[in-house]
Amino acid sequence: MIKTILASVTWRDAAVFGAMAMAIAAFAAQNARAASPQDMLKKFQAEAQKAGDFPAGGFSAKRGKAFFLARHAGGKPATPSCTTCHTDSPLKAGKTRTGKVIQPMAISRTPDRYSDPEKVAKWFRRNCKSVLGRECTPREKGDFLAYMLSQ
Amino acid sequence: MRTLTLTLAATAIAIALAAPAGADERYPPVSDPLTKKECGECHMAFQPAFLPARSWDRIMKTLSDHFGEDASLPADKTEAIRKYLTANAADKLWRSKMMRGVRKDWTPLRITELPRWKHEHDKEVSPRRWKDPKVGSKANCLACHRHAEKGYYDDD
Ligand code: HEC
Repeated sequence: MIKTILASVTWRDAAVFGAMAMAIAAFAAQNARAASPQDMLKKFQAEAQKAGDFPAGGFSAKRGKAFFLARHAGGKPATPSCTTCHTDSPLKAGKTRTGKVIQPMAISRTPDRYSDPEKVAKWFRRNCKSVLGRECTPREKGDFLAYMLSQ
Repeated sequence: MRTLTLTLAATAIAIALAAPAGADERYPPVSDPLTKKECGECHMAFQPAFLPARSWDRIMKTLSDHFGEDASLPADKTEAIRKYLTANAADKLWRSKMMRGVRKDWTPLRITELPRWKHEHDKEVSPRRWKDPKVGSKANCLACHRHAEKGYYDDD
């Protein structure tokens, strides 16, 4: 039985099978990071709703702007605000404290932003801890993202 | 005997090639992709041969307060990077110049506080140049050393 199956497998079958396997692998690899900024918004919305903290009017770019510009207490002295590194305009390139350029935060200027969930999570965690001394709430993240998508 | 002479000659040439004149300031570039990516997002990924293993160990254990910033990473990535940095650290090399004047009971956390770094910069670089907005920080090697990422620091 097995012998007959093996005998009937031709090189062409093997090639087709190989190509399919490669396509699936490529798709899986891409899917691991593929998310749109809209997906990220939905994720924050679900998290905010779960925490009972999703505002009636939805996320707000206006609140996001205020959050972005604010000087926060409770964080590390060298980084009182998101603007410390990102400047006070999402349209402008920023700079790390060691002088490395950070591309603008606005989606219109840097279109590949907010589409890698792992990257987004990593920087929200780090930057919120540096600036506010705690993690940001889903609502704060949603407002921030709404602001960056509006720019 | 002839084979021995040839072998010796070949070895001598190999050594000469590996350490050309002026190779003083050549530090092997970061070869680990994870280290290159994760340590290269806020500053250039510094070569492991700039600090002793105990320093990298301390740095990787205190990432949540990394020179005044939270630079924390998931535990598995932290450990993988720690392993790479400590395995290739300055004190794992033969007579590294970076280790000059670094006492065994000292765990420096900044490359810029090492005697070797100071020796190379203090006289040569004026305070005015450090204040140049294009430099911004002493950790910004690339501002002056254009090939710093490849491990060449002679171009000053
Ligand atoms: C100490 C400097 C610094 C501060 C302060 C800072 N950031 Fe950032 N931020 C960075 C760097 C560096 C990156 C990564 C480089 C990049 O994405 O271009 C980044 C990336 C991000 C990203 C990921 C964007 C993407 O492409 O997915 C988000 C989200 C973000 N920051 C939010 C914030 C918020 C919110 C604050 C204020 C609470 C803040 N940052 C404050 C340095 C900073």
